[in-house]
Amino acid sequence: MMELQREPRPDAEFLMRDTTSHPLALTPAYKTSVLRSPKLALISLQQSLSEVTAPVFTADELGEDDNDLILNYAKGGLPIGERIVVHGHVHDQLGRPMKNALVEVWQCNASGRYRHKRDQYIGALDPNFGGCGRMLTDADGYYAFRTIKPGPYPWRNRVNDWRPAHIHYAISGDGWVQRLVTQMYFEGDPLIRSCPILGVVPSEEQIRGLIALQDSAAFVQLDSRAYRFDIVLRGQRATLFENHVQKAAA
Amino acid sequence: MKRETASQTAGPYVHIGLAPEAAGFDIFENNFGPVLVSAETRGERIRIEGRVFDGIGTVLKDVLIEIWQANAAGRYAHPGDRQPGKPLDPHFRGWGRACTDFESGVYAFETVKPGAVEGRNGRTMAPHVNAWIVARGINVGLNTRIYFSDEAAANATDPVINLIEWEARRKTLVAERLDAKAANGAAVYRFDIRLQGDDETVFFDV
Repeated sequence: MMELQREPRPDAEFLMRDTTSHPLALTPAYKTSVLRSPKLALISLQQSLSEVTAPVFTADELGEDDNDLILNYAKGGLPIGERIVVHGHVHDQLGRPMKNALVEVWQCNASGRYRHKRDQYIGALDPNFGGCGRMLTDADGYYAFRTIKPGPYPWRNRVNDWRPAHIHYAISGDGWVQRLVTQMYFEGDPLIRSCPILGVVPSEEQIRGLIALQDSAAFVQLDSRAYRFDIVLRGQRATLFENHVQKAAA
Repeated sequence: MKRETASQTAGPYVHIGLAPEAAGFDIFENNFGPVLVSAETRGERIRIEGRVFDGIGTVLKDVLIEIWQANAAGRYAHPGDRQPGKPLDPHFRGWGRACTDFESGVYAFETVKPGAVEGRNGRTMAPHVNAWIVARGINVGLNTRIYFSDEAAANATDPVINLIEWEARRKTLVAERLDAKAANGAAVYRFDIRLQGDDETVFFDV
């Protein structure tokens, strides 16, 4: 006997990842990728519960100042550098606002120095700047944080490679497959064109998507400039007519 | 339809944002870490540990790994999981992150062994933990799964393991249960990850 059975789960899959939106694994101009890139093809999986679910985060897990990088490590003074607000929306590919997405950010200080025990750059540490923050998006997928504009810095790739000013992002959405790490750059930075790490992004359109635009409408008068950076995660669609015929147990 | 924002490497200083204590400073009151269990969590305590190797066998010491798993009953702590008869565990979220140690290169998670989860078309997936790996030199985060060596029968019928055409590669997804237990009594599984080269770990396009 055959019966028509609606596949019970998952009922909301994510769109197949468009690999042309992302760098390849092997990008020799970014030398570290050479030995850290899988050579064999990824195995493509149809999604199951393991891929369409993800951890849920709550506001009480975060501290009040976690999204204020100007204050969250201040030790009796303020950090040095250009005060900025960075804000934007997180949507999925179909335009759905990603609410309650965890956005984690990290960066160097205004001198181009990271607060990290492995960073040896001569740029000075700032005693009042940690360089990390985190927040949850609101019901509209909106996030905002306040920080000091990071500086550019040299790095060991070729002997005179410099990173443009950037802020690292890690975003966790509604499904495990939406997990994304990326970097945000600043409009007008002349180092953008020569950066081997940004250079691995496969199209001008996708590079533009990583460059925050100055947003004068969001300036805080007599205080801070602002940049807007919107993020797009994998799209999620409801499964419409994915019935399948299954043999019932005899 | 919009394009997904392009991925970029997490870089060498990923710890600052995701594990600031590993970077060497204390900033957040609540840190996300490698211990997924509390005293009240239900299930068999396990420790998953291992190292990550590059294409010439170098142990990498700047890798960050996140895991996501079902609880001991095989239920994910997410509203999208409506499997009948599998209770949520209020003391288990099923998510954690760990860094490879700067000296030894070892990462370790303290968790519980997950139960089996229903897969597509009603086929049961063997107990497994989902893992996501980022580091300097990795342009797009890598997805893999950790299965368990003492679940040979379940692994043999797992729909995902069986998708892998090259049978010799399937073992790269299986964590080996060691004879010795951890100091806290947890069973220890070793799961090494090889980014490239001989016995390259199976990574998934999900």
